[in-house]
This record gives sequence, C-alpha cells and structure tokens, in this order.
Amino acid sequence: MAQSPTAAASLPKSRLRLSAYGERVAAYTILAAVFAWLVVNFLDNPQQFLSAAVFGISNGALYALIALGYSLVYGIIELINFAHGDLFMLGTLFSGFIITVVFGSKAMSAMGWVAFLVALVLVILFCASINMSIEFLAYRRLRHAPKLAPLITAVGMSFVLQFVGLKWNGSTQKSQPSVLPQGYIDLGGVRIYTSFLIVLAVTIPILGLMTWIVTKTRMGKAMRATAQDQDAARLMGVNVNRIISFTFGIGGALAGVAGLMYEQTVGTTRYDLGLQLGLIAFTAAVLGGIGSLPGAVLGGVLIGLIQGLNEGVRYGAGQRWTQSVVFSILILFMVFKPTGLMGVSMREKV
Amino acid sequence: MTTTPAGPMLEISGLSVYYGNIAAVKGLNLTVNEGEIITLIGSNGAGKSTTLRTVSGLIRPRSGAVTFLGQRIDSLPAHDVVKRGLAQSPEGRRIFPRMTVAENLDLGAFLRNDKAGIAQDQERMLELFPRLRERISQKAGTLSGGEQQMLAVARALMARPRLLLLDEPSMGLAPVLVDVIFATIRRIREQGTTVLLVEQNARAALSVADRAYVLESGTIKLSGNARELRNDPEIAKAYLGG
Ligand SMILES: Nc1ncnc2c1ncn2[C@@H]1O[C@H](COP(=O)(O)OP(=O)(O)O)[C@@H](O)[C@H]1O
Ligand SMILES: [Mg+2]
Repeated sequence: MAQSPTAAASLPKSRLRLSAYGERVAAYTILAAVFAWLVVNFLDNPQQFLSAAVFGISNGALYALIALGYSLVYGIIELINFAHGDLFMLGTLFSGFIITVVFGSKAMSAMGWVAFLVALVLVILFCASINMSIEFLAYRRLRHAPKLAPLITAVGMSFVLQFVGLKWNGSTQKSQPSVLPQGYIDLGGVRIYTSFLIVLAVTIPILGLMTWIVTKTRMGKAMRATAQDQDAARLMGVNVNRIISFTFGIGGALAGVAGLMYEQTVGTTRYDLGLQLGLIAFTAAVLGGIGSLPGAVLGGVLIGLIQGLNEGVRYGAGQRWTQSVVFSILILFMVFKPTGLMGVSMREKV
Repeated sequence: MTTTPAGPMLEISGLSVYYGNIAAVKGLNLTVNEGEIITLIGSNGAGKSTTLRTVSGLIRPRSGAVTFLGQRIDSLPAHDVVKRGLAQSPEGRRIFPRMTVAENLDLGAFLRNDKAGIAQDQERMLELFPRLRERISQKAGTLSGGEQQMLAVARALMARPRLLLLDEPSMGLAPVLVDVIFATIRRIREQGTTVLLVEQNARAALSVADRAYVLESGTIKLSGNARELRNDPEIAKAYLGG
C-alpha cells in the first residue's frame, strides 16, 4: 500500500465507503421509525399495547420452540430441515388425538391436567422418534452428497409429512378441544390470558433443560464439538452419528412441545399448518442467527412480539399484513445484518 | 491394558487408500514399536495425512491391514480407534474454535470417566504447555497459531493414548516454537507415549526420531535409522534443502 492509488483504483473504494455510510444512516433511520411507532402506540393506549405484547410473547415462545429445531439441525449438519414445520403440524394432530381419543376429555378438570401431562410426554416421544427416523432413513445417507441433495430431500420430506397430515386429519381446518383453564387475568386493564401463563410455564423450564443439556452434559459437549468440526470430534472419540441423531431427537421433542401448546392454545390445525408456522419459525431462526440457540429463542420471541403488536395495536397494519411485515423485517435484516442478531459469521458457515 | 502382545505396537501392511479413482497411498508398509518415535516424512501431497487419517479410522482403505496392539483396526469407526488407545493431533490443528481451552482439553478426555485422572492429566498438560494455563478460559479460536498447536497436541494427549499420531505439528510456526514443539515430543515419549510423527520439516523430524520412513507419491521410498538418513546425501538433497 506504499504506492499512491490511481484515480481508477480509488473510485470504487470511495463509492463503497459512501454506500456503507448510507447503509448505516438507513439502518438507524429505520430503527428510529420503529421506535417512534412503538412509543406512539404505547401512549395511545398503554393497556392495549401491553395486552398485545403479552399475547405476542406467548406466540413467540412457540415460534422459539420450533425455531430451535431449525437452528439445532443447521448448527450441526448445515441442513435447512424444511420438514421441521410439518413435524410440528403432526405434533398438533398427535396431541389432539391423545387428548380427544385416548382421554376423551372435553372440559377442563383435574383429569384435564393429567391428559395434558401425558400428552406432553407422548408428543415429545412421538415427534422425537419421527425426526430421528427421518435423519436415519433419509439425511444420513446423503451426508457426503452435494448440499443440494439433502436440501431437496428435506423439501420432499416436508411433502411426505403433509400428506400424512392430510390422510390423518382431512383437508379442512379442524378444531381441537382444550383441557386447560380458559379466560384471562385483568391486571389494571392489561389482559393476561391463562394460556399465556401455561405456555410460559412449560416453555421456560424446557428451554432451561435444553440449555443445560447443550452446555453442561457430555452429550451437549459432543454436540457442540460435532457442530464445530466433525472430524475433530471423531478423533476425540465422539460417535458423530449418534450425536446427530440425538440432535434431531431434541429438535423433534421441541417441535412436539410446540405442537401440543399450539393445539391447546390456538385449538385449530390443518395439514398445511407447518408450512405457515414453519416459515415464520425459520425466519425467527435466521433473524436470531441460524445455528445460534439463544438467537433462535430471541428471534422467535421477537417475531411473536412484532406479530402481536402489528395485530393488536391501533396503528398496526392488521393481521392480513403480518406475514408481509415479518418477511420485510427478515429482508431488512439480511441486508443490514446478514449474520442475524447472535449469529456466527454466515460466510464461514454456508 | 498393561499387557502388550509381542510384535510391533502398530503395523500397517499393504495399505492402499483412494480418493475416488485416484490412489493417494499405494501398498504402504510401516511399523511402530512401543516406546519409539517414528517419523514419516515426504513432500506435500505424498500421502502422509491420508495415512494417518486411515489409521485413525476417518477414511477407509481400499486394501491392506492396520493392526494396533495385535488387533485389526482398519474397519473400526474412528471413535472406537480412540477407545483402543490411539489418538491423533490432526493437520491444521482442528481445535474447537468456539470452545474454551479448558473445554477443548476436556473433549480430549471424552471417552474417559476417571475424574481424578482427567484433572491430573490436565494439570500435566498445563505444565507441559505453560502458555495454555494463561489462556485456560479463553476461546480456542482466539489463540495464536503456536498456542493452537500446543492445544491440539495437549488435547490428543488428554485421551491418555498408548500411541500418539502427530500430523505436521510444526506447520506454520516460528522457529522458536518449532523447537519447543520438538522438545515436547521428546518429553511425551519419556512420559511413556509412543509417537508417530508426520512432518514436512524433515530436518527437525529426523533429529527427534529413532527411525524414519520417506514417503513419495503414496509409497515408501526409503526407511531406516533416523540418524543415518539424516546423513544420507540423497535425503539431504531432496528433503533437507541441500
Ligand atoms: N479429500 C480429498 N479428496 C481428494 N483427493 C485428496 C483429498 N485429500 C488429499 N487428496 C490427495 O491425496 C494426495 C495425498 O494427500 P495428503 O495425504 O494430504 O498428502 P500429505 O499429507 O503428504 O501432504 C494428494 O495428491 C492430495 O491431493
Ligand atoms: Mg498433510
């Protein structure tokens, strides 16, 4: 860099700098506008704002559970598991099946809680084993194939699971019973639905358990090692196949939990539910930085919050616009911060 | 695990390894006896890393046999090879960059469950490589190249292996650090671990090894006493820079 740059050489450089500067200005302008929008809505009707936020966080917790499944799998084998949303859909169907067919519970009672807990355990086992089977039957064989092969296979798997859902539940939206207490608590005008509290009461310990598994246990250490360098992990004595299978198991379990919670709080499901919710949860995972577990949780809660506010406050765009808003935010993020909120360098991973 | 069958600790015979249709190793024979430091030298692309990766079970040979402590290991998965007492510090260090130094060492002992022994060995590693002690809770990815290399060697030793495979531990290191690494290899042997050392730095490798093998295009070109090879004019010309 000793010689003086020619005009031709310096031109693109300065243009680059200008655009980086422009980018920053644009990013801060957008952030300021969002902040102003939040303040205006809050001042307009604080109770309504907070109710919408609480509702959004509750949805966000479910998105977080699903998003974790995408991030766990991406983190360990760099595969976007398109079938994951559909696994969640099967989780909703299975939960409904257990609660209506096996327990026949229609109304909330002490038996309702039993049904809920049994369904929780069973749906975890159900979704975990499906996810592990998918990995074993389909993805494992393609582990050394070019990346497009497992990706297309995942899309195919998504259709397979949707077809199972279609055969199982028919093509129309079905309502399913809730066995949990309904209603809401009024906290000075802010509505906190009981379902919100139940979602948090289930999600938070499960997230805690997962964090503990990943950071503290032997399996968790092996998972992180495998995610960072598969061959090196092998040289440490890690059985990489078993770890990948375990990872799919955890991701499936979380999707199962989300399925049950969705079935119990929203109450309707259809064979293509996974497509919509899966896409939102995948967006959450990317927003948080795909491969990052805290990122997936943060992204999920954030998207739930955005959705809740967009649909629940006075100057929101309304439900029809929610998907557009969510994906606009994703696009903005990809432009201004491609690694997501907490991601490791995307370039290094893709 | 204290009884050693008669014969060499590691015996590689007629080993051929292919990538697709291209042979990287062709009919390689090599033995390592307990307590030795053996070096496998050769220029870039000769097939040294392929040999070590095959011994560790990361890739499968097309033909030939690898026998360790009297038992065939050439069809074992890599994690079972480690269990038998054979650890490797791979080419390019391959430490876990987003884990701390302590976690990396811990993973080296992944298959062990003697807590006290692991703690004791970690202490031994930190004495062997004092730099790692200063960096113990730092993310391994933030270490310098030399420190990462020390970590890779220490991590492999945490498995308490009978045989340690080292793939180019001096690669990319400043001359001072190369000396440190090679002095450490001697100490590792003194502490009872047999070493198979792969190097491009033939001069340093021949000065530390008992016996040496020279690999060229996937086949052993020469082998023998390391001191004699060091004085061999042909070797000097081809591998020691004149
Ligand atoms: N993953 C691979 N795929 C295809 N060819 C490879 C691969 N790894 C190494 N090779 C080839 O095999 C030969 C031996 O490589 P290697 O064992 O890495 O040599 P060395 O360690 O002696 O430098 C080289 O020609 C190299 O290009
Ligand atoms: Mg090599």
